[in-house]
Amino acid sequence: MAHRLSHLDTLAAEAIHIIREVVAEFERPSLLFSGGKDSAVLLHLATKACWPQRLPFPIVHVDTGHNFPEVIEYRDQQVAKLDVRLVVGSVQEDIDRGSIVEQPVPGATRNRLQTFTLLRVLEENRYDAVFGGGRRDEEKARAKERVFSLRDEFGQWDPRAQRPELWQLYNTRHRPGEHFRVFPLSNWTELDIWQYVDEQKLELPQIYFAHRRAVFRRSGMLLAVGPWTKPREGIESELAFETSVRYRTVGDMTCTAAVESTASTPAEIIMETAATRVSERGATRADDRFSDAAMEDRKREGYF
Amino acid sequence: MELLRFATGGSVDDGKSTLIGRLLYDSKQVFQDQLEAVQRTSVAHGDEYVNLALLTDGLRAEREQGITIDVAYRYFSTPRRRFIIADTPGHTQHTRNMVTGCSTADLVLLLIDARAGATEQTRRHAMIASLLGIRHLVLCVNKMDLVGYSQERFEEIRDEFIGFSERLQVYDLTCIPISALTGDNVVERSTEMAWYGGLSLLDHLESVVIASDRNLIDLRLPVQLVIRPISSEHHDFRGYAGNIASGVLQVGDEVVALPSGFSSHVTSIDGPDGPLKEAFPPESVVVRLSDDIDISRGDMLCRPNNRPNVGQDVSAMVCWMSERPLREGATFAIKHTTRWARARVRSLQYRLDVNALHQDVKAPELELNDIGRIHLRTTAPLFYDEYRDNRETGSFVLVDEQTNATVAAGMLRRPAG
Repeated sequence: MAHRLSHLDTLAAEAIHIIREVVAEFERPSLLFSGGKDSAVLLHLATKACWPQRLPFPIVHVDTGHNFPEVIEYRDQQVAKLDVRLVVGSVQEDIDRGSIVEQPVPGATRNRLQTFTLLRVLEENRYDAVFGGGRRDEEKARAKERVFSLRDEFGQWDPRAQRPELWQLYNTRHRPGEHFRVFPLSNWTELDIWQYVDEQKLELPQIYFAHRRAVFRRSGMLLAVGPWTKPREGIESELAFETSVRYRTVGDMTCTAAVESTASTPAEIIMETAATRVSERGATRADDRFSDAAMEDRKREGYF
Repeated sequence: MELLRFATGGSVDDGKSTLIGRLLYDSKQVFQDQLEAVQRTSVAHGDEYVNLALLTDGLRAEREQGITIDVAYRYFSTPRRRFIIADTPGHTQHTRNMVTGCSTADLVLLLIDARAGATEQTRRHAMIASLLGIRHLVLCVNKMDLVGYSQERFEEIRDEFIGFSERLQVYDLTCIPISALTGDNVVERSTEMAWYGGLSLLDHLESVVIASDRNLIDLRLPVQLVIRPISSEHHDFRGYAGNIASGVLQVGDEVVALPSGFSSHVTSIDGPDGPLKEAFPPESVVVRLSDDIDISRGDMLCRPNNRPNVGQDVSAMVCWMSERPLREGATFAIKHTTRWARARVRSLQYRLDVNALHQDVKAPELELNDIGRIHLRTTAPLFYDEYRDNRETGSFVLVDEQTNATVAAGMLRRPAG
């Protein structure tokens, strides 16, 4: 249509505008890269925003030590392909140093522990703006977060003290020690992400697409049989079986569940996503199931 | 597919959250697990029916108090359009959120409780929508089930509101009788209100024409970033990155850079997916010019014979968002397009009495949530248009230099004659 952008092009233009504001107004930006589809789209848009320059900031990966090997492999490929600088924060090293203590349960999730490592890396590198791939459609607390979200010197989010965010006029002013989390994909939905992946022919880790895997059921979720998660002996409902699955989100192997699916291309996933009746986080993230306010509580502490 | 952004307004208890819950639910955007969580909470509260408002009340304090505190953004799509809702709270003390929600909206949806009729808050929100340049207003007279689906009651409220809105700048007003609770006229036409001949709310949202709201005449490109790669491959590359705020830019066009006033020709335009022949709002582009002229962030590209106003003395309507009142003589940081400067409040012309639409010229200050007209003097010239003609180049925010808080939303008026 004449002089009209599609909804995806509009969202991409908005994201690029946000990324450029950060490049223009901050001294030490960085981009949180989990290897998940949202951070893949974000990194892709960041390279477009800075084109034809090389990405003028590093990407940060918080490595819990419980990652899917496919995701680490994908991360390293992308780093090599885009020639970007990678900064890794290792949760295992913080555990070894005694900075954080792991729950003494086999296969305990490190989800909450990674907040410490994240904040340590941000502080050590004095990042003043940190891009994240968070979307407002993911979760109720995220729905109320600003695009430029101020964190205090302890990395905490205060939902009641958020600045009004008007037009495209982002207030980037902050005191030393404070930083911003910046979410260029705030207005994207899961479906938009997949449509963009499809349209732009983006590469993603293989676990996003249907593959055969040994899994078992626990609390209604489908977990992979792996080094940290195994069916408990003697519990009949946790019997392992092999089936065709894919992942809708990428987190730790300990808390990210698969969905049964035969969708092996972005187009097939779009069809499935349009028809699905369970939210992305509800289906696959044990970490958000503890309570209605689980995400809000973690965000206040400094989580992504 | 086209994107429509709308904001919701109305008083507490007019049923906004329920309506949004209903739109999401009936358009099948609510997932099973989200609905189950809401059902569990509703049962725990002892509610008689599933409280769809719980789908949108996100923060713990809100759930505890049963009210919506902050602007929340919601997403849904139909085969015809993709929607972004800015769900804004109804209490007076959070009116700044209505301004925030409206600032990016194409349309505003106002709710009225059919039993109560329009309240001070309804009129205030309509006024804010008008002030923020919203061209499409939809008045939903809600809770029609509680007034026996009365046509007479609907028309009474509608006519009274039309009388009020004649004093505002509303280009397109649509009134729809609905019940968010029962779903009447939300997605499907109501069988209870056969007397209503218009579209259901969702049909209206899907079909309202917004493309012509954009300004495709006055070319404005505020420069966000000068891109100069330090590499042998792109040795002589010098590109000006930014979003097209308004107008259409084509390769070969003659442009003028402000403030220098030097002109040049566009040799290339690159969009996110490669070279373009022309670009229009809100595309993000990198523009290269035939001459090496001095341009930096905060400058603006426009056409030689169609330039914005340039000035350090500007007049604006502001919505005050801080608990510390605005007084004459105060100094703030100002962000306008991609430019930061400082601004001093030279004078407060008047405070707008939102209910009577009366100008109070004796007001000594603007308090939290007040709206008023001010004159500012800025440290650097602004390149601006009247807000009514151009949202992007007509808007600004004021920032408190001590606290860094955003304290005002401003809409520029034509230069004082």
